[in-house]
Amino acid sequence: MARRYDSSTTTFSPEGRLHQVEYAIEAINNAGTSVGILAKNGVVMASEKKITSGLLAQARTSEKTYKLCAHAACSVAGLTADANILIDQARLRAARYAYQYQEPIPIENLVEHVCNYKQAYTQYGGLRPFGVAFLFAGYDEAHGFQLYQSDPSGNYSGWKATVIGANNQAGKSLLKTEYGVSKKDGDGDEMKTDDAPLSDVIEMPDVAEACRLAVKVLNKTMDGAVASAEKLELFTMSLDEAGNCVHKILTEAEAKAVIAEVDAEAASAGDT
Amino acid sequence: MDTVFGISYDGGVVLATDQVNARSILMYQQNLDKIAELSSHSAMGVSGPNCDLVNFSEYISKNLKLYELSNDGAKLSTHAQANFCRGELAKALRKGPFQVNVILGGYDEKAPTGGSLYVMDYLGSCTKAKFGAQGYASNFCLSIMDRDWGEGMDEDMAVKLVEKCIRELEMRFLINQKNFIIKVIDKEGVRTLKYGADPADN
Repeated sequence: MARRYDSSTTTFSPEGRLHQVEYAIEAINNAGTSVGILAKNGVVMASEKKITSGLLAQARTSEKTYKLCAHAACSVAGLTADANILIDQARLRAARYAYQYQEPIPIENLVEHVCNYKQAYTQYGGLRPFGVAFLFAGYDEAHGFQLYQSDPSGNYSGWKATVIGANNQAGKSLLKTEYGVSKKDGDGDEMKTDDAPLSDVIEMPDVAEACRLAVKVLNKTMDGAVASAEKLELFTMSLDEAGNCVHKILTEAEAKAVIAEVDAEAASAGDT
Repeated sequence: MDTVFGISYDGGVVLATDQVNARSILMYQQNLDKIAELSSHSAMGVSGPNCDLVNFSEYISKNLKLYELSNDGAKLSTHAQANFCRGELAKALRKGPFQVNVILGGYDEKAPTGGSLYVMDYLGSCTKAKFGAQGYASNFCLSIMDRDWGEGMDEDMAVKLVEKCIRELEMRFLINQKNFIIKVIDKEGVRTLKYGADPADN
C-alpha cells in the first residue's frame, strides 16, 4: 500500500503522511552525529567524522562544519552534496542581507530562509527532498548566541543543546541529564534517573564545559568506538574583546586535551 | 523648490519640511505632510514632485512594515533602514529614478546618542550627519546649523534651531512657504510637534 505513495514526494498517503520526507529524515538518523550546545559565552558544535578509507586524501577544509558568514556557522548531518547546495544558499542570503541593509543578518532570518528552500523541495513536483539536517550556530545583537536545528521537511527549532544524526536519542537523553547541571550536583550521592525533572533554572555552561559535554555525548553516540581526536571535530564560536565573532575548529592537539579531560573526569567519577 | 531639513540632538532627531504641493507656476495645497513615518521610531522627510514623494515614501514604509511582519516584529535599525532606502534609490536610478531627496531620522536604543540622521539624494548617495538640509533652503539653513549646532543639545534647543532656520527662510527666501511641519523622534517614538496647517484637512 505504501508503495503507491513512495515515488512522489508531493502526494500524501491515505494516513496523511509524506513518505519520501520521512525516509529522508530517517536517512539522517544514520549519518555522522553532530552535537550542538549553547554556552553562556558562545556556542559549541561537535561532529563525528566518519573515516571511509585510509587511502582517501585528507580534506583540506572541514567536511562537517561550514562558516556561513562572520557570525554564523553550521554543522551538517546527511548527504554532503545536498548540503553544499543549501550552504551556498545560506551564504548568498547572508551576503545579500548584508549588502542590502549594511548589517549582519539575524540568525533566525538566515535559518528560516534555508528551511523555506528545503520545504519547497517537499512540495513541488519532480523533486526529492534534501537529505540534510543542520545545526546552526550564530550570534546576533538582538538575541545573542543561538543554536538551531533543521531537518529535510523544512522544520526548524531553537535549542539549548541538541543532537542530530546517528543515535541522537541517546545523545539527547544524556544532554537532558547533564546540561546545565553543575558538576557539584553531579558528584552527589543522589541517584539520577533519565526522567528526573530538570531544575527550573538551568545554569548554562561556559564554552570549555560545553566542549567537554559535547565530547561526552559523542562518546555515547559512537557507541563502543572511543571518540578520538581524528574521529571528531570540535567547533566553537565566541566573542573576542572587540565584540567580533570568533569561529574556531579545534586542532587535533586541542581536541586531544579536551578528550583527556573528559576521560579523567569519567575515571575520577568511577572512583567514588 | 521644497524644503526639508533635520537636526539630531542628544536623545533624538527633529525633522521639518514645508507643506507646499506645487507644480510649475501652480500651487495646489499648503497643508501637505512630507514626513513619512517609517516605523515606530523613524521617519523621513522627502522632497520632490508630489507623485514621486508619495510613491517613494509609501514604497519604503510599506516594505519596512513587511520586514517587521515577516520577522516576528523585529525592527530594522535606523542604519539598516537608511541603507535599504539608499539601495532602492540606487536601484531605481538605472530604470526610472524617484526624483526625491531624503532626510531620514530615527531613534535606536543601542545607538550612542539615541538619535541618528541620514541625508540621501536621488542619485543614491547616503551620509550620516548631525544635521542636514535639502533643496534651495540648504543655501540658507546649512550655515545657520553649522554655526549653532553643538554636541549635547537637547530637544528644546534643536527645535529652536529649526525654528530659526524657518524664520530665516520666511525673511530671505523668494518662494512663499508659509507652512511648515515639524516632527520629533525620540525614545517615545515619532510625534508631530507642530504644523502650519493641519495635513488632515485635505
